[in-house]
Amino acid sequence: MLLSVRDLKVHNLPPLSFGLAAGECLGLSGPSGVGKTLLLRALADLDPNEGEVLLAGRPRRDWPPAEWRRQVMLVPSESFWWASTVGEHFSRVDEALFDALGFPAEVAAWRVERLSSGERQRLAVARALVREPRVLLLDEPTANLDADNTVRVERVLDGYRRDHDAGLLWVSHSREQLQRVADRRFHLGPRGFAEPEAVA
Amino acid sequence: MITLSALDLALAATLVVALALVSRRVHAGVERQLAIAAVRTVVQLLLIGLVLKALFATTSLLWVALLSFLMLAVAGREVMARQHYRFSGPWGYGIGLVSMFISSFAVTLFALLVVVGNQPWYEPQYAIPLLGMLLGNTMNGVSLALDRLTQSARDQRAVIEARLMLGDTALESLSDIRRQVFRSGLIPIINAMAAAGIVSLPGMMTGQILAGAPPVEAVKYQILIMFLIAAGAGFGTLAAVHLAVKRLFDERQRLRLERLTR
Repeated sequence: MLLSVRDLKVHNLPPLSFGLAAGECLGLSGPSGVGKTLLLRALADLDPNEGEVLLAGRPRRDWPPAEWRRQVMLVPSESFWWASTVGEHFSRVDEALFDALGFPAEVAAWRVERLSSGERQRLAVARALVREPRVLLLDEPTANLDADNTVRVERVLDGYRRDHDAGLLWVSHSREQLQRVADRRFHLGPRGFAEPEAVA
Repeated sequence: MITLSALDLALAATLVVALALVSRRVHAGVERQLAIAAVRTVVQLLLIGLVLKALFATTSLLWVALLSFLMLAVAGREVMARQHYRFSGPWGYGIGLVSMFISSFAVTLFALLVVVGNQPWYEPQYAIPLLGMLLGNTMNGVSLALDRLTQSARDQRAVIEARLMLGDTALESLSDIRRQVFRSGLIPIINAMAAAGIVSLPGMMTGQILAGAPPVEAVKYQILIMFLIAAGAGFGTLAAVHLAVKRLFDERQRLRLERLTR
């Protein structure tokens, strides 16, 4: 298992256990407020949490905190930017990636405050991918996107998963999207995980 | 040297009374605070004058040390009182106290032992005024910096966490804020040094000259004080920011804003 989760306690949910294999995409759906975002934050170790999480068999406490988050990277639904240009947020410029997401090469020089919400969301995916994490925790990565850009992001993430043998945990409200992108799908309810078919 | 009488001070006080009356007239609402602060100035300074008079007569290390720690304790309280958001528990008081202790006491000891070189080194006529000047200015730097740091951490939580998510360390995620905070703690003394003698005559030097000291001697002491204050405020601010950043994050470098209270 690339990422193993045992008895992780989040929010008011019962302890959660699951595994994510290398190259696998796990789809996660569930009602608003059930704790999906908190689950992702706990996996990225941003909030205090109990339970055991291992990456490639190595427990989280053995990883330096920053290294853990670089490997198990959370892409939140709303992205925040601290510098004035797009490029300053990138560890390296990847023009092929920009192109695949529908941006010209000079996007690195664009000013952050002029980005639309959709552009921000696509660039937030890009700035995570150039850091080459082994696990991506995606919180509604296409929520602000039109149909064309949704396809672009899905294609880019799928390509990254194959090329890097990365694990994806993909939270989405769209059942169609999860059917397209995910190998396995789970529904998170107040009593924990269930297969979506069992709930529906 | 012209000795001031109680009447002279009362005449000066009429100016403050006039200011309070005007403040009331324009509904500025500070007349109460102004009156309390003015009374505190009179009482506290008279008291310290009496204490210093008694202290100068004894030259006892024990009493100098006791007064020093009392001054430090009060400065620590003052730093805490000036925070909009402070750390809950002993950290709220401790961060300011420890950082002021490290910087002000070290710099004062340096000045007394190395620069002034008096016999004995703890002679209260030198030790207490030097420490007082240092504590007062370090307190300003430390409280400005801490207030700015906790405020910025709260306001910019999303940005700090965004950087953590991308694999930055706690220090990296706070690098811009730390830079601004350190500046805000040091700007007052930098401005004071830059304007000294041209725009403003520093209070200590003015006091010495008014009390009859030769101007060049007063100036030399003022230069000494300026450098000591810059070092004291600077290192004190550094220490306070260092401790506060440690407390803002936990051992897994998570941002722990719930450790702040209003």
